[in-house]
Amino acid sequence: MKKILGIGGLLVFVCTLTAILNPDFVSAYNLQNTIRWTALFGIISVGVSFVIITGGIDLSIGSVVGLVGSMLAWLLTQKGWSIPSALGAILFVSLLIGICHGLLITKLKLQPFVVTLCGLLLYRGAARYITDDQSLGFGNSYEELRKLAVGKIQIPFLFPESFSLPIPFVILLVLGITAAVFLNRTIYGRYLFALGRNETAARYSGINTDFMKILAYVICSLSAGIGGVLFALDVNSIQPSGLGEFYELYAIAAAVLGGCSLRGGEGTITGVIIGAAVLRVLYNAINILRIPTHLEFAIIGAVILAGVVTDELVKRFAVKRRAARQRALERSGAGDHFV
Amino acid sequence: MADASDGSLLEVRELTKRFPGVLALRGVSLRILPGEVLAVIGENGAGKSTLMKILAGVQKADSGEILLNGKAAEIASVRDAIGLGIVLIHQELNLSDNLDIGANIFLGREPSRFGWMDKRRIHEASRPVLDRIGLRHSPGTLVSQLSIGQQQMVEIAKALSSDARILIMDEPTSSLSHHEAAQLFAVVRQLRSNGVSIVYISHRLGEVKELADRVVVLRDGANAGELGREEISHDQMVKLMVGRDVSQFYQHVPRPKGEVALEVRDLRTSANPSHSINLHVCGGEIVGLAGLVGAGRTELLRSVFAIDPFLEGEIRVAGKRIDVSHPRDAIHAGIGLVPEDRKEQGLVLEMAVRENLSLPSLRRDQKNGFLNRAEENRVTTQMIRDLNIKTPGPEQVVQYLSGGNQQKVVLGKWLAMNPKVLLLDEPTRGIDVGAKREIYRLMEQLAETGVAVLFVSSEMEEILGMSDRALVMHEGRITGELSRGELSEEAVMHLATGRIHKNQEACA
Repeated sequence: MKKILGIGGLLVFVCTLTAILNPDFVSAYNLQNTIRWTALFGIISVGVSFVIITGGIDLSIGSVVGLVGSMLAWLLTQKGWSIPSALGAILFVSLLIGICHGLLITKLKLQPFVVTLCGLLLYRGAARYITDDQSLGFGNSYEELRKLAVGKIQIPFLFPESFSLPIPFVILLVLGITAAVFLNRTIYGRYLFALGRNETAARYSGINTDFMKILAYVICSLSAGIGGVLFALDVNSIQPSGLGEFYELYAIAAAVLGGCSLRGGEGTITGVIIGAAVLRVLYNAINILRIPTHLEFAIIGAVILAGVVTDELVKRFAVKRRAARQRALERSGAGDHFV
Repeated sequence: MADASDGSLLEVRELTKRFPGVLALRGVSLRILPGEVLAVIGENGAGKSTLMKILAGVQKADSGEILLNGKAAEIASVRDAIGLGIVLIHQELNLSDNLDIGANIFLGREPSRFGWMDKRRIHEASRPVLDRIGLRHSPGTLVSQLSIGQQQMVEIAKALSSDARILIMDEPTSSLSHHEAAQLFAVVRQLRSNGVSIVYISHRLGEVKELADRVVVLRDGANAGELGREEISHDQMVKLMVGRDVSQFYQHVPRPKGEVALEVRDLRTSANPSHSINLHVCGGEIVGLAGLVGAGRTELLRSVFAIDPFLEGEIRVAGKRIDVSHPRDAIHAGIGLVPEDRKEQGLVLEMAVRENLSLPSLRRDQKNGFLNRAEENRVTTQMIRDLNIKTPGPEQVVQYLSGGNQQKVVLGKWLAMNPKVLLLDEPTRGIDVGAKREIYRLMEQLAETGVAVLFVSSEMEEILGMSDRALVMHEGRITGELSRGELSEEAVMHLATGRIHKNQEACA
């Protein structure tokens, strides 16, 4: 909870500062764009947070986005597939990728870093091969489908008429709420947290740790697949070699900023989504405040580092206080315990 | 060289050390004379290891003094200790097994020429120390090719090469064969005659009797007594260690025996494939599984609980054969395991007491995959009360509890499952005396309700005090069974060292 307040505070701070320096930040157009991009990155960040909670990592997300995006355009425009069969094929591929990662990591006991690094290379190569490395687009067709990514809906009473909510954000809300309920309210969510902290103890408690880990990789790849579809529909002009490049790093950064520990066993969906928002707002601020864009990576890196350092310091303080409290309790506790 | 007043090489005065949740040392004092073998004994958790770690600079005392040759010595780091001639040889050896013997002996202080390591000089300088302890291997031999006993010799050589005057050995024979142990004793005696003082920590009273010039006994973090060479006897040592009548600590009440609850037939574990194991435990019975470290007891429990696959054999619970390929199956059949390593295997340390207690029962209590919060809270409250777990509340993170309370949480996980069979692997290792007694009471209460209890213990007192019946293992097989009436330290040791006894007694 404290973590969410911390990252939420950071988001408010960055937004306020940017708005003061350039009031254009709060224009409906700019906000809608920022929210749409937050949503797109939020979806893949929520996915990767499952893997991070198990103590793993997925470096292949960006390439899955690239592969899926290229496949969508290629199947629809080059191969003439219908929309449902194209989407079906894409979800199947994402699912398969997740299952493969999971099996290699749990059954062959390969390191997640290595498996998904190979995935990163493999799927990028596959995307470029099947499309002949040609850029693809939907042009003016598939208007309805593209609304999934670029559409907006008016929400009367809640927002002024000039502002409408981007549809990807609605998708993110649905996925995010589902993910949060899964993590916090189901026994499987508890299993993921437990095995992320101590896989051995989880197994000794009768948890099928392999299955749970495979499930986490499947959720991650599926989210990347959904993200890939939306990214492709959003940009319309798809470069198989470039779509989604480095997105895994943004997703991991958002998850870490949002309170996931790469050691596993920690993280909240709300935090991760706010983390994704912080990254997008920073990016947006760099643009509209006319900060040289070459500084983009440096600024984002510095903010993440500062966030993680603060978090660690706060955690240490909390640990000390808690240990002191326990000591006091045992000292006062009468009985057979000599202390 | 020693202080004229009492001739001590090293004197420790009133050392105190506190860890979160436990006062490990409460004003311990100790003298070490030049050229003696001083045994420090005590039960687990008595403070032996903490005391030795402080002497060797691994940990710092909260208060107290250390005098070397009568002068106050500051030991803030391992380096300081080595500089003063004090070296600790850990129970778990600290060698880099990818390096050779010579490199290990000189690790961290390699002779070098212009920054280049001088391998030849290392090997030359290693030879005399190796000769001194009678290890006939070339200094160029990789440590990974040595047996555990030989590796221990390398540790000793490493200590000697840094001119150690006080050598602290923590349970040095715990993983040695008899032959290797005998060799170690010879080296210890020879070092003593060369004027090296040896502090020898051991649970094995036989060894202590054989080697020690003097015995210091610790109990609950304080001095419990001292025995001179002539006073050292098994009974004297046990009396000081336990500090009370053993019979009072273990109040054995006979219980009615039920039907066979757990049966293991012709089980061959992958750890000991050449022997097959047969055993049974009746409902309401507490069976102790004794044996030396490495006898295959833990492996047996792990196979029954399906953590390690077994090669062949069958496991029956309440007469029904069960198929176990994952701990989940064993749990489903009504088996619980309190594992050997509480922190690694028993608990998710960073999670709350509630989350740990409910981990195995979540599946049973689920509502279509959703957590059953009400049931979870009920079970947690009940377990904290029934087991008298000392915690500020159900949300306290387990890692901040004392060892005894942590162990009660592990037990609580299984009690919540109402098991038919409870396996416990060293259930009281590293917990204080008060909590120990509570764990014993819990085991007895469980047996009274008809649970079959099978526990592994390396503490003789525990096996003798708790078992309705004891099974003894040696090198992967059960060498015999001792009924309550036949239980004695000698009888257990005979079987534990490989003499074969008789068949097992039947259930009701």
